Amino acid sequence: MKRSYKMPLVTVALAVGLSSGAYAGKSDDTLNIAFDRELESIDNYYNTAREGIVISRMVWDGLLYRDPKTNEYLPNLATSFKWVDSTTLQFDLRQGVKFHNGEPFDADDVVFTLNYLADPANGAKPQNNVNWWKNAEKLGDYKVQLNLKTEFPAALEFLSGPIVMYPNEYYSKAGPEGMALKPVGTGPYQVTSVEPGKRYRMKKYDGYHAGSPKGKASIGNIVIRTIAESNTQLAELFSGGIDWIWKVKPDQAERIKAQGQFTVKNSSTMRIGYLNFDASGRHSKNPMNDVRVRRAIAHAIDREGIVKALVKGESIVVDSLCFPSQFGCTSDVPKYDYNPEKAKKLLAEAGYPNGFETPFLAYRNRDYAEAMISNLNAVGITTKFEYLKYAAFRDKVQDGASPFNFGTWGSYSINDVSAITSHFQKGTKDDYARDPEVIKQLEIGDTSVDAKVRKDAYKAALTRIADQAYMFPLWSYNTNYAFTKDVDFTPTPDEIPRFFTATWK
Amino acid sequence: MLYYSLKRFALALLVALTVSLISFSLLYISSDPAIAMAGETATDADIEAIRQLYGFDRPILVQYFDWLQRALAGDLGQSYYFRTNVSALIAERLPTTMTLGVTAILFAITLAVPLGVAAAIRPNSLIDRIALFLSVMGQALPSFWFALMLIVLLSVNLRLLPTSGSDTWLHLVMPTVVLGYYAAPAIMRLTRTGMLEVLSTDYIRTARAKGLRPPVVLFKHALRNAIIPVVSLAAVQFGFMLGGSIVVETIFALHGAGFLAWESITRNDLPTVQGLILVFSLFYIVLTFFADLINAWLDPRIRIN
Repeated sequence: MKRSYKMPLVTVALAVGLSSGAYAGKSDDTLNIAFDRELESIDNYYNTAREGIVISRMVWDGLLYRDPKTNEYLPNLATSFKWVDSTTLQFDLRQGVKFHNGEPFDADDVVFTLNYLADPANGAKPQNNVNWWKNAEKLGDYKVQLNLKTEFPAALEFLSGPIVMYPNEYYSKAGPEGMALKPVGTGPYQVTSVEPGKRYRMKKYDGYHAGSPKGKASIGNIVIRTIAESNTQLAELFSGGIDWIWKVKPDQAERIKAQGQFTVKNSSTMRIGYLNFDASGRHSKNPMNDVRVRRAIAHAIDREGIVKALVKGESIVVDSLCFPSQFGCTSDVPKYDYNPEKAKKLLAEAGYPNGFETPFLAYRNRDYAEAMISNLNAVGITTKFEYLKYAAFRDKVQDGASPFNFGTWGSYSINDVSAITSHFQKGTKDDYARDPEVIKQLEIGDTSVDAKVRKDAYKAALTRIADQAYMFPLWSYNTNYAFTKDVDFTPTPDEIPRFFTATWK
Repeated sequence: MLYYSLKRFALALLVALTVSLISFSLLYISSDPAIAMAGETATDADIEAIRQLYGFDRPILVQYFDWLQRALAGDLGQSYYFRTNVSALIAERLPTTMTLGVTAILFAITLAVPLGVAAAIRPNSLIDRIALFLSVMGQALPSFWFALMLIVLLSVNLRLLPTSGSDTWLHLVMPTVVLGYYAAPAIMRLTRTGMLEVLSTDYIRTARAKGLRPPVVLFKHALRNAIIPVVSLAAVQFGFMLGGSIVVETIFALHGAGFLAWESITRNDLPTVQGLILVFSLFYIVLTFFADLINAWLDPRIRIN
């Protein structure tokens, strides 16, 4: 949780005048980074925080690696893979790779890691990441086979992201507690000291394997500190104690940018906003059951205007219930332009010429919700607005107690439509449409390993969802990054900063 | 004095037990620890299994005595979040908070007592006005605002002090000033009032009439009596600093016990919260106990009565 004392620190700092000074980072080859939360553990499998994912990509490697630019699955610790059948994957492993402690990497490490994770008794978190395979078998010193429980097309996405390889000899002795204090991986950075929850120091791993698509790190040292208060992070940035911060609020980002002393970058993230309607009458008999009403609401919302005025940054309007980079996502679906007149006409056709009143739930971005309420008022729809904490919002929605709500979804940074469309529309707790046709298509997409079959099935599902306006996608979200001008850093839409690709200018 | 000490000690022990029982019950009634442990993706069966494994299905009193028994043996249980021993976790965070608490109370006393005495010697003078101004400011300034202003001035602009962290003594300067300044006004005003009262008593007039030197009258006779309520107040303020420096620790990124308490509450990490409440309440109790003893030593009438 991030606290803010609403202090316009930047304004004050600018008002009293900032002295420019040399920043410590480049001179001692150390990039100082601030995170806003304490990690429960640095062990990749015992924390669920995004910051943990960021560190994981630096310290460990997976069998594969998804190129954040092309979204292609590239070989990393595996040199090649093949689907033996729809539930069996075989990997040839890279030779000559060594862990940070000198332990050589081979099939034993892969089999140990995957079988350790597959055992629910070990409690790896989150279980969704690790509960889709049965076991792993050693076929040779550098060859392994992964046996899936059932068809799982997103397997490659998981194996190129959250599933990283551990050294079997070290981990079987050290366990999660040892790994949390002295992490050992094959990644581009090795951890040199851990002060739990407080500070992590890393240095470039000189023995990093040349064949890795991640590439060798350029910056020599990285120090990550936990600074919970966003104003303190800013002050550290201004005073040179910290070189890189993220999740900077839009107004603060604009001021830092205007001040010109730091680089401010903005990147769209995988998170999208949506409106969810009670199309099937799961909550009650209400206006949302009528497709004309749902379409009217879609025409009533000024998404472009809200993105421009409030969401800002690199955010874009999305027309399909997925983030454009996700596998299977297509924007070739029926679209709804901002057209209040058309909305009024549709409402009149549906028997609501004077509009109606509806409950409306939200859990974040109250300002966006209020802008939409104003759009709805303009076509005669009034709302009984309820703004809840996320847990309460989720419970209410999943219990079928909301005819109309505004939510957001980040897909856990999984670049596959199954992480969002299937999550919401495949007869799940969040599904208010329960359309057998959509469920059937999503089932085909989720269980086939044939890319074309998957794409076709998802397109059919997404088209039907858009046509019937079961859910109305709004816009993508974005994150602001602010850092010293000495560093060259490029953010990625999956919100996983890759410091091993950063360089000093 | 021994009887008095034993009586106060027994009372302190009772307070500690009551605090631990009340906080334990409130924490475990307010949220289900099994749900907190299981996490968001858990099924009902997972939650039930955890409930049985950790004995959360037993009556609260049974759980409390079980916890108390282990706590008395020095075992405060495992943190749900960090999955490490709570005693070790608190022991790791406490030095930062203790250091800050000690420096802050010393700062507060060093600032407040001399100013309080000076203001009492010359009531309504310039020095009294300055003392009043400083104490009103101390009470009125929200500590987070004061902390951020100091950061802007001393770290961002003048680059004299590091912004956050606790690596060197320089890191402690701003947190000490912010935390200590918050506690100073009450001590200052109480010292002033106490001194004004004592200075108008007959025995001070007698002391002066005897021809004693002013410093002797002031410090040996007057201050010793005026300081009694200040000692009790400073003890409570010190307890507050050891347990309540959440805002200061958060702003200055000091990973102390106050910050841990706040984070643990937001994470539903009940064993850690319970352990911290026990430690914080023990601070208050021990400090109040020592304040009682010091007062009894300063004023024989207290221990006789």
